[in-house]
Amino acid sequence: MSGPSSMRTPLARVRNLGASHSGTSDFWRQRLTAVAMTLLIVPVVVVVIMLIGRNHAGAAQILGSIPIAIILLLFIIASTWHMKIGMQVVIEDYIHNEKLKIASVMANNFFCVAVALASIYAILKLSSGV
Amino acid sequence: MVEFALPKNSKISGGKTWPKPAGATETREFRVYRWNPDDGKNPSVDTYYVDTHDCGPMVLDGLIWIKNHVDPTLTFRRSCREGVCGSCAMNIDGQNTLACTKSMHDVGAGGAVKVNPLPHQPVVKDLVPDLTNFYAQYASIEPWLKTTTPTPQKEWRQSHEDREKLDGLYECILCACCSTSCPSYWWNSERFLGPAALLQATRWVTDSRDEATGERLDNLEDPFRLYRCHTIMNCAKACPKGLNPSEAIAELKFKMVERQI
Repeated sequence: MSGPSSMRTPLARVRNLGASHSGTSDFWRQRLTAVAMTLLIVPVVVVVIMLIGRNHAGAAQILGSIPIAIILLLFIIASTWHMKIGMQVVIEDYIHNEKLKIASVMANNFFCVAVALASIYAILKLSSGV
Repeated sequence: MVEFALPKNSKISGGKTWPKPAGATETREFRVYRWNPDDGKNPSVDTYYVDTHDCGPMVLDGLIWIKNHVDPTLTFRRSCREGVCGSCAMNIDGQNTLACTKSMHDVGAGGAVKVNPLPHQPVVKDLVPDLTNFYAQYASIEPWLKTTTPTPQKEWRQSHEDREKLDGLYECILCACCSTSCPSYWWNSERFLGPAALLQATRWVTDSRDEATGERLDNLEDPFRLYRCHTIMNCAKACPKGLNPSEAIAELKFKMVERQI
């Protein structure tokens, strides 16, 4: 801030590269997915309780129901999306090294997409009885 | 990464205990942060004893008493001594507030009154923080009426209802208690505008006479400038004027969504 490293004026430093005109979509999607998860959590918990103690065939039978499979798929999409945005906020808060930040944001995206796709694939596989 | 520990040259070491005032029947202990840029030493906390029968009731009265009677080198900002100018903002007993409106009877439960500069800002000397960045952030939101319509011969008119919308916003005295109490501001003060500047931004975005609302929102729409606010609400707790910057920031976020959906 007042360090000798820069001779730029304080206002130039505050303005820096300007506003990115983004952030609102992530803010909105975080709220959207939060509300979605609030609505979905009860049915998801019920399904999980139903699945307790069942073998592969029993689980496949429950997930064969279209509404149940869709509820779980919606929950996975909402939660992994929420997880991705939330983790990115934490990374942006605490990691100030630009290279490390970009690498972390990238890793976070890869991880969330991988978790989402693996979970979706598992449910579709069970649901279709393959 | 964020620095969780103080830099080596900011670690507090030792401190002088000044003698109790001779002849005083009742004293109050003050532990005050000291740092002198000229002696090359680390900061310290000095202990003073204030004769409470000889000075006013506020923490600022105590500090002025110390400066006048014990240690003239003690450095702090003060001006109006009635909560209007915002100069004497400091951290008293762990809470950012104005020394002039904080009674010493309300802090420390009768023990020592602990006085530190506003947190996480560079220190100029003792209790004086360097607020250059804070003021530049305020300037960056362009806190003046912006219009394209030719200026009317008399005044810009505003309904009573629209004027009321500025209540809770215009009263800010820019003391920096809120911004320097905000963890998001601590971690990202170079990019996050902080509660004070954002409350003022809301004040101008809300003003019915202003014609640059969209442009103002454009300049705020940024993951760092605005969206570093995670509604921690330390700002509302700290504000010595009882304002709620957190609510004002929520209003900005709502307007951002409103113009997209």
